[in-house]
Amino acid sequence: MYSEKVMDHFTNPRNVGEIADANAVGEVGNPTCGDIMRIYMKIEDGVITDVKFKTFGCGAAVATSSMATEMVKGKTIAEALALTNKAVAEALDGLPPIKMHCSVLAEDAIKAALIDYYKRQGIDPKPIVGFDSVAEMECCHGDLHEGCQHA
Amino acid sequence: MEKRFVYADNAATTRVSDEVVAAMLPYFTEYYGNPSAVYGFAGKAKTAIENARAQVATALGATPGEIYFVSCGTEADNWALKGTARMLAEKGRHIISTPFEHHAILHSLNTLEKEGFEVTYLPVYDNGRVRVEDLKAAIRPDTILVSVMFANNEIGTIQPIAEIGAVCRERGILFHTDAVQAIGHVPVDVQAMNIDMLSLSGHKFHAPKGIGAMYLRKGVGIPNFMDGGGQEKKRRAGTENVPYIVGLGKAIEIATQKLPEESKRVAALRDRLMDGLLERIPDIKINGDRENRLPGNVNVSIKYVEGESLLMMLDMQGVCAASGSACTSGSLDPSHVLMAIGLDHATAHGSLRFSFADYSTQEDIDYILEVLPPIVEKLRAMSPLAK
Ligand SMILES: Cc1ncc(COP(=O)(O)O)c(C=O)c1O
Ligand SMILES: [Zn+2]
Repeated sequence: MYSEKVMDHFTNPRNVGEIADANAVGEVGNPTCGDIMRIYMKIEDGVITDVKFKTFGCGAAVATSSMATEMVKGKTIAEALALTNKAVAEALDGLPPIKMHCSVLAEDAIKAALIDYYKRQGIDPKPIVGFDSVAEMECCHGDLHEGCQHA
Repeated sequence: MEKRFVYADNAATTRVSDEVVAAMLPYFTEYYGNPSAVYGFAGKAKTAIENARAQVATALGATPGEIYFVSCGTEADNWALKGTARMLAEKGRHIISTPFEHHAILHSLNTLEKEGFEVTYLPVYDNGRVRVEDLKAAIRPDTILVSVMFANNEIGTIQPIAEIGAVCRERGILFHTDAVQAIGHVPVDVQAMNIDMLSLSGHKFHAPKGIGAMYLRKGVGIPNFMDGGGQEKKRRAGTENVPYIVGLGKAIEIATQKLPEESKRVAALRDRLMDGLLERIPDIKINGDRENRLPGNVNVSIKYVEGESLLMMLDMQGVCAASGSACTSGSLDPSHVLMAIGLDHATAHGSLRFSFADYSTQEDIDYILEVLPPIVEKLRAMSPLAK
């Protein structure tokens, strides 16, 4: 059911772990939905110099977490914000339709980390990231998070 | 350690045994006549069906006239519930069941609810068992049917069927049990247990998929579910699936003969796995009562990890198992069974079911005990929930 790329990233996930001196941390998901992702970033001069993640979730959730961290590592904040769950899924040679909701996790986690990054610096994240908080962001995926208690 | 193939999903389906296949084969190519035909050639098929009917009856403590062959367990469940409701709608519209029945029952009940029937779902508690006091309290003057599964397909808990049957008999209420998971694995006696209707399915005890049977106590005149020709004494239309009926009969006969020893052997495998897992993996929980449990069922929640990930890694090691995780069901909700016994979502998402039967060996168990702990360790190292 999964592509070889998904299986590869699931079996050997890249960038698993934590960053002790991270200056951006984001967590999204809810045990109700089944998948939870926490992402740690080290941002220097507007560039994501290091990124690590921890994910509780299915094969698709783990693989998209891994792929998304690879795709933003070394990139600018602007590039990271432009990353969509669709692009992550495509980079994995696709996901089964019922698993697309799991891939939203990675896109959301990156945005959540960047919200945290700006908040830590006393900058309003809304004009840059598009959202104030994780809760606001998740409710915008009403169709994808259908069935979630918090949506 | 050498990689093995371990089939530990016998609650989903079982391997058809060689003896069963051998018994079936002549009915495809030699005795292929339509059992309803008049000529002598068809007599072989007719006799084979009646022989299988007697085999099923013997296994259940019933008479052959009370056994009807159907296409699967789901059909028997639908027939029993919808048939009873239609037959007794004038008398009452209240049905008692449980929240952790198979979907063949639950969705049939939902259909009846839409038609104006009312269903009381008895609590099943954290040990996954119905209490007879709750049943007694739920019975109303308009209760027409009680349907409680013999054994649960996910957590393997065996229900107090004889006690439930006694209460129903005393109150004059029809009692149906979905015994799909129980038949061939634990003793069932429709007389001693006061069962009025029972569903069973061949593929859970080494017969093929797509064949089942319904026990209908003599005098329980529920209307037909399938209209058509006059097969099965005009109670279930459709040309009989002779080879599969033969296979079902053979399989239930073998299972019944082997049951006293085989259930002990398989229960020992089950206990070895449960004890071994508890010993080797911290923060896990066995779901469902340990005593009143199918010999072949192990259901365990592994904290901080998710079921589909576990299944995928087990699969890479050659182990076939199942999970109550939402991500394996294609919906966002974890198993209704695990919710019914009060697990929180995260714990339910991390559940695994291993189920064993005739072909399971101690080597299978020991292999699972070898490969699972490092898988759990790897996934926990990746989990934001793990401490
Ligand atoms: C408890 C229970 N009832 C009913 C069924 C349905 O049986 P079948 O697959 O023969 O329709 C199953 C098996 O899937 C089951 O486990
Ligand atoms: Zn998922």
